[in-house]
Amino acid sequence: MKFSDQLEQRFATMVTHYPTKRSVLVPMLLYIQDELGAMTDEAIHEIAERTELSDLEVRNVVSYYSMLRTRPVGKYNLQVCTNVSCLLRGADDLFEHCKKKLGVGNKQTTSDGMFHLEEVECIGACSWAPALMMNYEFHENLTPAKIDELIDGLKKKEQQ
Amino acid sequence: MQNEQRMAYLVSHPDEVKVVSKRFGLGATSLDRYLELDGYKAVPKAIQMGADAIINEVKASNLRGRGGAGFPTGMKWSFVPKQSPKPKYVLCNGDESEPGTCKDRLIFEHDPHAVIEGVMIAALAVGSKAGYIYLRGEYRYLLEIMERAVADAYARGFIGKNIFGSGVDLDIFTHSGAGAYEVGEESALMESLEGKRGVPRIRPPFPAVVGLWGGPTVINNAETLASVPHIILGGGEWFAGLGTPRNGGTRLFCMSGELERPGVYELPMGYNLKKMIYDVSGGMVKGKTLKGVVPGGSSVQILTPDEIDVAMDFDSVLKAGSMLGSGGVIVLDNTMCIVKFALRVTQFYQHESCGWCIPCREGTDWMKKTLVRFHSGGGVAKDIDNLKYLAENMLGRTFCPLGDAAAMPIVSYIQKYRQEFEDHLNGKPCPFEKAAEPVAV
Repeated sequence: MKFSDQLEQRFATMVTHYPTKRSVLVPMLLYIQDELGAMTDEAIHEIAERTELSDLEVRNVVSYYSMLRTRPVGKYNLQVCTNVSCLLRGADDLFEHCKKKLGVGNKQTTSDGMFHLEEVECIGACSWAPALMMNYEFHENLTPAKIDELIDGLKKKEQQ
Repeated sequence: MQNEQRMAYLVSHPDEVKVVSKRFGLGATSLDRYLELDGYKAVPKAIQMGADAIINEVKASNLRGRGGAGFPTGMKWSFVPKQSPKPKYVLCNGDESEPGTCKDRLIFEHDPHAVIEGVMIAALAVGSKAGYIYLRGEYRYLLEIMERAVADAYARGFIGKNIFGSGVDLDIFTHSGAGAYEVGEESALMESLEGKRGVPRIRPPFPAVVGLWGGPTVINNAETLASVPHIILGGGEWFAGLGTPRNGGTRLFCMSGELERPGVYELPMGYNLKKMIYDVSGGMVKGKTLKGVVPGGSSVQILTPDEIDVAMDFDSVLKAGSMLGSGGVIVLDNTMCIVKFALRVTQFYQHESCGWCIPCREGTDWMKKTLVRFHSGGGVAKDIDNLKYLAENMLGRTFCPLGDAAAMPIVSYIQKYRQEFEDHLNGKPCPFEKAAEPVAV
């Protein structure tokens, strides 16, 4: 398997930062996933070879980290925080609102593959709760109307 | 544009003493702007001072770890052996994941070079040639800010070969996590940085002796390291004077919950908690009253409204029966069901337990199952003591503090709000919810 030029460049730089090859693993897996949508068998094999590990050892690492996944999710991954600070400011109702709005449950993807919905642990937006992350983007001080605006905006963008 | 949007989130109050946050909102991510604001003055001064004097200054400042444990930073640095056959490392812990805590995020966002300077000074103090700044995977936009800051500092020759003409070579790298609360624990973070599952290591040996790749390692929270350049410039005595005895400086307090003005405020150590809620944060939102306060992130014991007249420093909060922890002040209002709150906290620790130690792995799972059933009306009287018994048997029986963090709050909720637990018994629906269906687990 060939990595994209960007990934190749990143790997070549990062591998010089550490005394052991496998130290690149955690960030590298995330960068690979950002491009491929999930950790595919080929990608796991490729990174295992490059870091002189077995595929199994890499899988062991993949399975530990909550952001890493072996199956792709929707194009827009809505990660709604429901931990305590958000809970106190109505995150449960907001999460229910998201479910209804998208017609999916927790950890499910819409049939068109556009949206994925997930309940997540604290994302570090406690003072601006309730909050969610859309892929890597923070959305804070949320209301149902703000969520509608976000989702409708993304839908509109896709139609164009 | 994203940045502009975020700056609106900054709050201020006249009682604030801005040290770590003094460059927030001033554009200090730009290296030139940072230099105008006293940037990269602390490192050359530290070089002049030499290792022993740096450590003594930090000791004199009474700076204590801002990650949560509150260990004296200068003492931590002094544990690193002077001579070591293996390379020494400095590690910045930016895996901020403690529920209720969102302060390191602001430091990385507004003052990335202060973190770099802090890492550099720590490296000079212990004789290390490499520093790593580890950010949680969710903080991608902050990683980009940090990467740019590091690249700019290299381009200007502030890091790399022969820094400030001292003959010392020093490299700094950024590193991303991929989602794991447990990795915020120092030894698990080292495992993660080495490309492994974030499972904690048994101690001793402590990281100062055997850390990253087996070398002596200093690991500090981002806020701790961002305080260091200010200590070097202003002096340890000045910093110590800002706080209370043995608790130097200021702290970024993250106020969350149904408050009029939630936000991150930098207040002197020892600032009164009650004032923090009713004055600084504007009190509870209209129509709600105070039910309790979790003063240091979700891992610590709850304080009832009559226990909050307390000075917010490590020693005073400990005396009051809780911990200052990470600085995440979570304020509960009267509409929050304590059982539901306990369930959410337990659900978190159950999800984040790495599974290495049985008391934590099994204990959190058992507590969660009990609380789910309990909250939905399927509780029996002995569940309450059982929960407490379970939690008490996790305490002190795990490699890392996650087991304690899961157990301590639950014990305190039951001790202080037992009546509310009892109100859920005998098939009665949760008094805080309109309708709850019993759930079988």
